Amino acid sequence: MAIALEIKDLHKSFKTGFIPKRKKILEGISLKVEEGEIFGYLGPNGAGKTTTIKCVLGLIFPDKGEIEILGHDYLSLQAKQRIGFLPENPYFYDYLTASEFLRFYAQLFSLDKKEIGKKITDLLSLVGLNQSKDIQLRKFSRGMLQRIGFAQALINDPSLVLLDEPLGGLDPLGRKEIRDIIVRLRDNGKTVFLSSHILQDIEMICDRVAIIVQGEVINQGKLQDLISEKILFTEIILSGIEKKDIEGLGECLAGDGGRILLKVFDEKKVNDVLKLVQEHKGKIHSLIPRTETLEDLFVGMVTQQ
Amino acid sequence: MKIRAVANNTFKEAIRDRILYLLLFFAAVCIGFSRVLSLLTVGDENKIIKDVGLASISLFGALMAILIGTGLVYKEIDKKTIYTLISKPIHRYQFLLGKFLGLIFTLFIMLLLMSIIFLALLFLHTYTIEWAMLVAIFFIFLELCLITAVAIFFSCFSSPILSSIFSVAFYLIGHLSWGFETLLQKMKPGVGKILVQILYTVLPDLENFNFKTEVVHHLLIPSKVLVYSSFYGIFYTLFVLILSMLVFRKRDFI
Ligand SMILES: Nc1ncnc2c1ncn2[C@@H]1O[C@H](COP(=O)(O)OP(=O)(O)OP(=O)(O)O)[C@@H](O)[C@H]1O
Ligand SMILES: [Mg+2]
Repeated sequence: MAIALEIKDLHKSFKTGFIPKRKKILEGISLKVEEGEIFGYLGPNGAGKTTTIKCVLGLIFPDKGEIEILGHDYLSLQAKQRIGFLPENPYFYDYLTASEFLRFYAQLFSLDKKEIGKKITDLLSLVGLNQSKDIQLRKFSRGMLQRIGFAQALINDPSLVLLDEPLGGLDPLGRKEIRDIIVRLRDNGKTVFLSSHILQDIEMICDRVAIIVQGEVINQGKLQDLISEKILFTEIILSGIEKKDIEGLGECLAGDGGRILLKVFDEKKVNDVLKLVQEHKGKIHSLIPRTETLEDLFVGMVTQQ
Repeated sequence: MKIRAVANNTFKEAIRDRILYLLLFFAAVCIGFSRVLSLLTVGDENKIIKDVGLASISLFGALMAILIGTGLVYKEIDKKTIYTLISKPIHRYQFLLGKFLGLIFTLFIMLLLMSIIFLALLFLHTYTIEWAMLVAIFFIFLELCLITAVAIFFSCFSSPILSSIFSVAFYLIGHLSWGFETLLQKMKPGVGKILVQILYTVLPDLENFNFKTEVVHHLLIPSKVLVYSSFYGIFYTLFVLILSMLVFRKRDFI
């Protein structure tokens, strides 16, 4: 597999305070993003995700380290020609309308005039902003800005898309739409690098992840390899049975309306519970085996640090 | 093409700035006021209209260049619009050049409007269009180019208020530094004279662009002087632009 983005030993510090003091933000980030995958960059607030992305884009200059984009030097125009970027707090030229804005950016890629018009229409309908193409961006809502930001990131049909918190500020439906678009990008052979701290979203779509805490990558790899498939416990909601009858089988929490939430840690005991419910002519409302989630892993790792 | 796209966008931004129209309005008022002044004072009425008119054009042009120029680059960084722009295939110097040209184009339009008002007023008085005025206005334009470059230079590393103060200082020094020239002629050779000579060379001399008196009094300007002033403007502007690019090349956008 070819490498879409490679970061080697990236260091960055900022001067802060009235009497400037160096504050280390990135302390040796190394990671490889393969072509054609969705790569999740996870970390708690202030871990250095945005700082990393800004280095990759040449907005800030690292103290040390190497970055290569699609085989090119990261500051070269060849590299920039093939990437798209969505910033974390999308804010754009608010005096432009949505289509003027996209046209401006399209011109920076020396696209064909005819091509530009079609491209803009396609992108606006992709992100669901067809109706708003002649509205000034100052009148856009946060979610609409996120969408137009997404559209500008795709204006050059990039091979590598860097998305900083792409699902922030969107409603549930919007999140699903954008998730679908991201997956479709991958299916069309593009590489997606996205940062987030919303784990469910990442879990659903990422092929590989890197976890960063305080400027260091503490784990990276395939999602399946990082989290085990092992069942942690089974959650059973049942009714029509006395609490004391099942107390020995697991952790028991009485719910509303005579329903009992039972956490069974031993898989073998699940069958015993089912049998018992049948004997008592009770009812099972739900039965959910809980495997380890990214969240468990993440919380575990971050607290460990 | 890329530079043009940025320039275009800058023009769109600047032309929607309310401060521009406020200044244009005041410039028009001042030019109009020159007519009133000419009635109140004894002397050549034409001369006063021309004097006050040209001075207004020059002053308000400079104010426009400073007030808008100092905000342009700063706003892009402050509002983070530069993040997506610089991540497109464009060099940082192309960005700066685009900003510069966009503002120059805006100022050109403004200068055009002010000149039309001025010449129209003059026409109502003399019933001739005084094309000679355009020579003075052309050099005002060159001066505005330089001031714009200076405003952009300062705004590459400081806030609009600070840059405005610096730019105004540049403007004032530029218009007063000719005093050194007179001083030089009166000084005896020595260390003092050399120091003053150095200071005079380093400091801008914006009076090089001032041909108001000459055109008002219909004096003949030697072509040598015209050529010198043009080159002075062009090279000084280029120098400041290159300096801005160097400052801008390695700065972090945070
Ligand atoms: N310009 C700056 N000057 C000083 N410190 C900074 C600057 N920018 C960021 N930082 C610090 O760097 C750290 C990392 O910031 P960064 O924005 O990269 O975090 P993040 O991982 O993107 O967090 P979030 O999930 O909240 O977006 C933070 O502690 C922040 O305070
Ligand atoms: Mg961030």
